[in-house]
Amino acid sequence: MAPHGNPEAPASAASEINREAPKVAATNAERTTTTPASAPDVTPRGAHEESPWSLWEVFVRSSRGLSHVHAGSLHAPDAAMALRNARDLYTRRNEGVSIWVVPAEAISSSDPDSKGSFFESPQGKDYRHATYYTKSEGVKHL
Amino acid sequence: MASQNLQSVPAELSPEEQEREAAGQAYFDRIISEDSRIEPRDWMPAAYRKTLLRQISQHAHSEIIGMQPEANWITRAPSLKRKSILMAKVQDEAGHGLYLYSAAETLGQSRDQMMEDLIAGKARYSSIFNYPTISWADMGAIGWLVDGAAICNQVPLCRASYGPYGRAMVRICKEESFHQRQGFEILLELANGTPAQKQMAQDAVNRWYAPSLMMFGPPDDDSPNSKQSMAWNIKRFSNDELRSRFVGMMVEQVRVLGLTLPDEDIRFNEETKKWEHGPLDWNEFKEVLAGRGPCNSQRVERRREAHENGAWVREAAVAYARKQAQKENAA
Repeated sequence: MAPHGNPEAPASAASEINREAPKVAATNAERTTTTPASAPDVTPRGAHEESPWSLWEVFVRSSRGLSHVHAGSLHAPDAAMALRNARDLYTRRNEGVSIWVVPAEAISSSDPDSKGSFFESPQGKDYRHATYYTKSEGVKHL
Repeated sequence: MASQNLQSVPAELSPEEQEREAAGQAYFDRIISEDSRIEPRDWMPAAYRKTLLRQISQHAHSEIIGMQPEANWITRAPSLKRKSILMAKVQDEAGHGLYLYSAAETLGQSRDQMMEDLIAGKARYSSIFNYPTISWADMGAIGWLVDGAAICNQVPLCRASYGPYGRAMVRICKEESFHQRQGFEILLELANGTPAQKQMAQDAVNRWYAPSLMMFGPPDDDSPNSKQSMAWNIKRFSNDELRSRFVGMMVEQVRVLGLTLPDEDIRFNEETKKWEHGPLDWNEFKEVLAGRGPCNSQRVERRREAHENGAWVREAAVAYARKQAQKENAA
């Protein structure tokens, strides 16, 4: 294929790259699995032992006067870093004027299996909508 | 792979479990037939989850590895303006990778596991990033052709049936259009420069044209997973359909550049109303995908090196967070 050999010469640290490296051996995978593991004695809020960089949900207020809206999630060791990471990840183009970060495990949600029963109460209660009242049609300012 | 994370279906199901599975499948089928969206905590078939995990994690890996061919030119960009633009673009690729890893995580795969698969050489990513970037004009060709092909592929994915994937794609597509325009602009400036600069631009287009067409994946009759993905509303158009659309767009745009596409067989088929292109070397595609491309080992090696060299930063951040928590507890 490309007759260029290996023309990509990074401007720095080129000599440190072993270009001829064969396909990565399984031993390397084992080595890397151990890198981030250091059991914390005091666990920062929202952190797990096995994954010290826990999951955070990010909410961004796009401009004054609007609510914070869920933008996505990220990993961080604590709230301060989560906020900084959220700024870099979700507001690179002025998407926000304020950010909330919430530990993912602190969020309670409704059971997805009980969709029907949990939300059924508004069913059949059309009278809660303005469109239910038709007799006033044609009457101005009503 | 971490199949233990996937929803496992035991061989023997109790009657109640069978009933639950059947109800889940019926609910899933209804959502798909209504062209609505599946969310993380919904019941979904194990194969749907597996397909999505494979596609989203490969997509995430592609963004992360895709930082390298362009990062290669940051220190040698021809002006401060071009350097700033290139840095912003590479930073975007990192962001896109992170959006997608988040989406993949909602399917039950841990981010650490995905990262390990990537640096162990076990995970796949787009074949395109295993080609070398040998001149500055390659920054233009990557933006115009590679990101152009990516946009063609990704716009329909904004409507993918899996909610978190579609939402990540919406965000990515918004940012991707700057990438393509800046690439086009690089090529346009070179094409209007000295004869040597124009030649450099043409050479880059010549080298990136075929690999970018192959980004859409194998031809439809050789793409076994496509049909199921389309039935599940993950994919909306076939590989060949999107490729043909892309060729049509490039034919128009290359004229504005004053360059040519290295393909004499491009034509518009009046009967099918589709653009056709010359034959592509699918053996090359398979070789690169199998890890035997020009830069595969270099790319994975670099990613591994970066991950390992960054270990102390991750550890320090955890240590600092712990110390802060301790102080708070004491106070």
